Amino acid sequence: MKYTAKAAISAIALTVAGAAHAEPQAEVLHWWTAGGEAKAVAVLQQEFSENGGTWTDMPVAGGGGDAAMTALRARVLSGNAPTAVQLKGPAIQEWYEEGVLADISSVAEAEGWADVLPAQIAEHMKCEGDWCAAPVNVHRVDWIWANKSVLDANGIEMPTTWDEFNAAAEKLQAAGVIPLAHGGQSWQDATVFETVVLGLGGPEFFQKALVDLDQEALTSDTMVQVFDQMRTLRGYVDDNFSGRDWNLATAMVMNGEAAFQIMGDWAKGEFLAAGKVPGEDFLCASTPGEGYLYNVDSFAMFEVDGDDKKAGQDLLAKLIVGPNFQKVFNLNKGSIPVRTDVSLDEFDECAVKSSEDMKASAENGSLLPSYAHGMALRGAQSGAITDVVTAHFNSDMSSEDAVKMLADAVANSM
Amino acid sequence: MAKWFETHLPKIVLAPSFIAVLIFVYGFIGWTAWVSLTRSKLMPRYEIDGFIQYDRLFASPRWDTAMNNLYIFGGMFIVISLVLGLILAILLDQQIRVEGAIRTIYLYPMALSMIVTGTAWKWILNPGLGVQAMVQGWGFENFKFDWLVNPDMAIYTVVMAAIWQSSGFVMALFLAGLRSVDTEIIRAAQIDGIPTWRVYTAIIIPSMAPIFLSAFIVLAHLAIKSFDLVIALTGGGPGYATDLPATYMYAMAFSRGDVGQAASSAMIMMLVIFIIVVPYLYSELRAKND
Repeated sequence: MKYTAKAAISAIALTVAGAAHAEPQAEVLHWWTAGGEAKAVAVLQQEFSENGGTWTDMPVAGGGGDAAMTALRARVLSGNAPTAVQLKGPAIQEWYEEGVLADISSVAEAEGWADVLPAQIAEHMKCEGDWCAAPVNVHRVDWIWANKSVLDANGIEMPTTWDEFNAAAEKLQAAGVIPLAHGGQSWQDATVFETVVLGLGGPEFFQKALVDLDQEALTSDTMVQVFDQMRTLRGYVDDNFSGRDWNLATAMVMNGEAAFQIMGDWAKGEFLAAGKVPGEDFLCASTPGEGYLYNVDSFAMFEVDGDDKKAGQDLLAKLIVGPNFQKVFNLNKGSIPVRTDVSLDEFDECAVKSSEDMKASAENGSLLPSYAHGMALRGAQSGAITDVVTAHFNSDMSSEDAVKMLADAVANSM
Repeated sequence: MAKWFETHLPKIVLAPSFIAVLIFVYGFIGWTAWVSLTRSKLMPRYEIDGFIQYDRLFASPRWDTAMNNLYIFGGMFIVISLVLGLILAILLDQQIRVEGAIRTIYLYPMALSMIVTGTAWKWILNPGLGVQAMVQGWGFENFKFDWLVNPDMAIYTVVMAAIWQSSGFVMALFLAGLRSVDTEIIRAAQIDGIPTWRVYTAIIIPSMAPIFLSAFIVLAHLAIKSFDLVIALTGGGPGYATDLPATYMYAMAFSRGDVGQAASSAMIMMLVIFIIVVPYLYSELRAKND
């Protein structure tokens, strides 16, 4: 009896001591559950516990994050938000407007984030001037991937303008190769569309049309040309493309069935996983035209109660942007570090090119957010644009009609 | 006390489920109606802002496509399932051997979930893998059957898969109906020398009217809430050519953070169901009051 009482007292004492120290706690909601992504998260998890924290994993797979967002909504509505949530782009500000995000400026300032992150990307991590999210990586979206032996066999160089691309595609088609591997899912149509907007219109036009949603730009002749090019591209895609997943399209390039694919650098992960070597088996280049479209994954920090959770939030933010995690995570995921001061010695040549281009374009103002991957616009607006793009690509709609529909859809989505 | 308990027991037993239905069905319908009048984006908000969401809904070409698809899909699905189910039931009703086995075979698709049906038909109809590839493989190089990837025809592939799934169920309903028709009348008609087809059109089918109504109601609500089949078969594509109101609502609520828009589309879906179900309820209730 005596012993029990003693044990109880010491247990209470321990609890009190524990509370006083506020051991960092973090519950992290994310949808990185497959392959390299899962490995990449495990890195963060390990680093977090090495620094004395307790990590509660909350992976919600499915629907490219839709399922996770539904879970998040339920948690926020019930007043029990997770510590950190995988969120990106304007969605961060959207959640901020609901009044549920925390301010992590103290960490950001102590770690000097403003000096190591490109200004355009840092802007996404701020809510009315305060830091509220931590960036994880940079995916470049405007990549064109090619099968080297197919190009060599047909005497084709990597195209640098859309006209060159069209000429190369005609040649390939005559030779019986599918010029463009593409999957008919609306986000893939949107991905191709935005690279064409960037290529034909240039960075300034892209900013006006797909970021500022300027009606004049949306209805301009340049936009008509963009839809013309989309129609041309439709002719370079095989008949069986509807609903095909992007990685199957990548496989078509890998085995020489198709020559090119336009896809973000997650496609590189497929090539590398199949043991292909960049520069030898496959080629990477930015899509025709200048500029850089980024897709930055990040963790937004939610308002939580309790010192232990706040400590967890700060520790997590610090580790995510820390150089070690930035390197290890991005080596696993195929993207590049968002910090500009991380050594790229262990990265492949496509990643090195991506990083160099990012730095250069950050300086000349052509570093732009990807609309197709939810970096430029809120869901309602980007969804409205994607509806038009995919309706045009999958029918015989004229470019003029598409432009008109685009302007109407954008106005209607506000 | 015991007497009081006895008279009130049914009410007490029913009360919890009644309250649950009141809150979780009618309460949430009311909530959705409220939200559909607001400018809710990512999360529901409660300041009423008129009919802006309905204006947006009716201005959206994608919603037009979804409603058109609902008419095509709903109309063809209901009519063809009814006709096919009736024919199958009549053929099965001819006192044939192994009727039980055949009935099971036709009913079996009903045991599958729509996701399985959709995935199987996706493979069957995929031009590169399924029927088209097979027939071309037999040497008919010009054979073309690419409805699944043709935006104008894709909705009909959804109709096909749905009919395959449901006509067996309709057959079972009709079979039960056929068996319940008074055999005395049929025999009397046969003695009078009336041809079999006349027996069916003049006696049996008219006496099965309530079954038609039940089958219609079941199929109609299946059609309007249809979601999983489209997701599995076409994913709403090509483009959004096979979008239905339910997939539209899902996209708005869960992918686009446009809760107000989703709520307004849900209200319209409910309105469509009301238009179909209310006359049915009315006729049922009137029959009881007589």
